[in-house]
Amino acid sequence: MPQPPHVDRAPTVTPLRVVIGLCLLAPFVAMLWVGSYARVDPAFIGIPFFYWYQMAWVLLSTALTATAYRLWQRDQRARGARTGGGRR
Amino acid sequence: MNGGVNVVALVVFVLFFALVTVLGFVAARWRRAANEHSLDEWGLGGRSFGTWVTWFLLGGDLYTAYTFVAVPAAIYAAGAAGFFAVPYTILVYPLIFTFLPRLWSVSHRHGYVTTSDFVRGRFGSKGLSLAVAVTGILATMPYIALQLVGIQAVLDVMGVGGGEDTHWFVKDLPLLIAFGVLAAYTYSSGLRAPALIAFVKDTLIYLVIAVAIIYIPIKLGGFDAIFAKAGAAFEQTNPATGKPRGALAPGQAGQWTYATLALGSALALFMYPHSITATLSSRSRDVIRRNTTILPLYSLMLGLLALLGFMAIAAGVEVSNGQLAIPQLFEDMFPDWFAGVAFAAIGIGALVPAAIMSIAAANLFTRNIYRDFIRPDATPHQETRVSKVVSLLVKVGALVFVLGMDKTVAINFQLLGGIWILQTFPALVGGLFTRWFHRWALLAGWAVGMVYGTVAAYGVASPTQKHFGGSAKEIPGIGEIGYIGLTAFVLNALVTVVATVLFKAAGAPEGVDETRPGDYTADAGDPGVEAEPAPVTAEPTR
Repeated sequence: MPQPPHVDRAPTVTPLRVVIGLCLLAPFVAMLWVGSYARVDPAFIGIPFFYWYQMAWVLLSTALTATAYRLWQRDQRARGARTGGGRR
Repeated sequence: MNGGVNVVALVVFVLFFALVTVLGFVAARWRRAANEHSLDEWGLGGRSFGTWVTWFLLGGDLYTAYTFVAVPAAIYAAGAAGFFAVPYTILVYPLIFTFLPRLWSVSHRHGYVTTSDFVRGRFGSKGLSLAVAVTGILATMPYIALQLVGIQAVLDVMGVGGGEDTHWFVKDLPLLIAFGVLAAYTYSSGLRAPALIAFVKDTLIYLVIAVAIIYIPIKLGGFDAIFAKAGAAFEQTNPATGKPRGALAPGQAGQWTYATLALGSALALFMYPHSITATLSSRSRDVIRRNTTILPLYSLMLGLLALLGFMAIAAGVEVSNGQLAIPQLFEDMFPDWFAGVAFAAIGIGALVPAAIMSIAAANLFTRNIYRDFIRPDATPHQETRVSKVVSLLVKVGALVFVLGMDKTVAINFQLLGGIWILQTFPALVGGLFTRWFHRWALLAGWAVGMVYGTVAAYGVASPTQKHFGGSAKEIPGIGEIGYIGLTAFVLNALVTVVATVLFKAAGAPEGVDETRPGDYTADAGDPGVEAEPAPVTAEPTR
């Protein structure tokens, strides 16, 4: 995922931002690799694997996006403190 | 399609419909700001919506009658292949998280109402902005049409649609009434109407899904029995194609199609004018990011809804038109009064997005065709008036679309629009992150993508129609079957990059960029965010 470039002096790519990027990238890898889940077994309460696995990914991707959101807030706070003000 | 009219269901349906009609007109007074005759007010609800209103509005906007009717219908028809809607909506949120806050910021600082406004400001090119606007309007019309198909499906099942031999006027009269009411309150209340109605719509939809997903499997003997019956049904040979009807998991051949459809649709979703309209109406940058963590609740609902397609098979629902499968399932399974509630959920689920879409298309016309090419000195008051009138015309256009094309392929209407709208991605998202692309190269890429996409879609035949029979075709050079929109998009991107290099080498003039790097990260409260051109009058209504 491209990271938004910034005008302030802090480095654009930081470990925190790499983690944010990975959180956002993971669902793409998981969902576009259809071969990894295109099967019927094991079923869950009678629902074939293909369906419940993707629905489980709805929850997983939500958790990942929420993590990215929290980390992004932390990133912005750190940056705001550094540049003396920031945008919150 | 059935003999009689389901009176109880119809009464419940009409009651809910009357309720949202009243809400639609009352909405004009809701959160009204001082300057009501501006496009920011009518077309963006004053840019004032907080997290929850935005959640309902975006949810009401993105999960439409398409959700309720076409996705389970696709499952009912072919099984696993129709489930791509779930990974599609999973992939949407990381994308929103990445680029929409930047669009929000730059739009707020410069008073942009549409994506074309941004493209014009960024690349200094009216031609490119016109291309984006026209694509947006073209793509939105079939999408509105799809909503009308949703309303039509429930009317049909309730027995008020009339049979094939009924006079066309009588047959379409209920649809015309629904349509007239929708047009009237959109005209008077603007974006506030669908925002308020979305509350009712979502409450009903969540209620119906919760009941359906528990009650129907109990009646049918559990998910084991449902999938066993569905699996058996899919193994039957379809006489039209000579192949099995479908499968419970996609085979090797279908996997490329599945993945490219999911990715292409996800990339396309936020190019649609109506998604952008709902996003720009939010109060702050943070509202958008926070929404990406709560919007997936709708995706979960979508997954559960899709399973209703299997239940329709297991329940022995036999319909010639797949769009009727789910309404028919509700009619067969639920007591009449609750079937009425479910039908109302679908009907209202169609009205909310149809209203937002027509507003978004109207804004595009007003800002990027009327103001840019016809009356550059238009006042905000005139802009609003033109937008209101165009919102009516767009709906009429959609109606023509519905009555003119084969209704059994409603999902393909939307996919055709998706092919087109995806071609605006390089200009919009590219422009949000870099100024490297040349405006003429973007225009060339767009043209190539549009032409390839349309020609390819025209050439797809299905057992029921010779052209526009589907949205997947062999990808040139790879040999797998993939989503035409994504292939066209890759072609578009390649042409854009190559042409940019060429134009830059030739020294072709770059347009003037009126934005600055800081504009893309500005938030509400920053200097300049509310002071510049747009009359943002939202603050007192918070």
